[in-house]
Amino acid sequence: MTPSGGTPTDLRVYRPRLSTWWWTRKRTYFVFVMRELSSIFIAWFVVYLLLLVYAVGQGEAAYRRFLDWASSPWVTVVNVVALVFVLLHTVTWFNLTPQAMSVRVMDRAVPSFHIIAGQYTGLVVVSGFVFWLVTR
Amino acid sequence: MEPLVWLMFSAGGVLAAVFLPILAILFGLVFPLGWADPPDYQHLRAVIGHPVTFVILLGLFVLMLVHSAHRFRYTLYDGLQIKHKRTVAALCYGTAVVGSIVTLVVLLAAARAS
Repeated sequence: MTPSGGTPTDLRVYRPRLSTWWWTRKRTYFVFVMRELSSIFIAWFVVYLLLLVYAVGQGEAAYRRFLDWASSPWVTVVNVVALVFVLLHTVTWFNLTPQAMSVRVMDRAVPSFHIIAGQYTGLVVVSGFVFWLVTR
Repeated sequence: MEPLVWLMFSAGGVLAAVFLPILAILFGLVFPLGWADPPDYQHLRAVIGHPVTFVILLGLFVLMLVHSAHRFRYTLYDGLQIKHKRTVAALCYGTAVVGSIVTLVVLLAAARAS
């Protein structure tokens, strides 16, 4: 697209440059970026749980050493912060699911409330099962 | 490629939302801090060494790694306005692939030990 009378080199495309900190100006933007940052903490727990699995594979002494390391203040702080982000992920993910997919039963759209409630039921069932499995 | 990654992103998102809170609470805080007795070593080793646990943990960890990489890619790109599209994608997915290989190795070693 060349403006009449001009040549392509005359074109000046306006490209607004967003600042790195654009998301700090509004609460909804801030929550959005926090939600996106949950990815880092999900990765942290994958690494953390892998260290646990590795320690268990190494023997009882290594398992005890893992628990000792995991009880150190800095690991505890990281775990608390990471847990908050994981819970933010859980809540926002459940809330977004009805918008990302529409479920139809008998030709009627399932209300989003039911989809969200169903997911929390799944959360409770899975949590209960994991708790039972590791503590029995 | 893109639909597959998106599918894995979604699956990992669901699994992280449902499985991670209880795992993080139990193994991240409750057991290390002694709020409850940590599971007996023999029991935990038997659970981790079980083939069903192996398959579930492998799927869980790999899908959560892809989920994390995919989301972090767009956090860097859209959120923090880092516009090196290819480098960001290669770094994020590359880390997820390496992490998945490490996951497989660790899970296999733990399964063999028990």
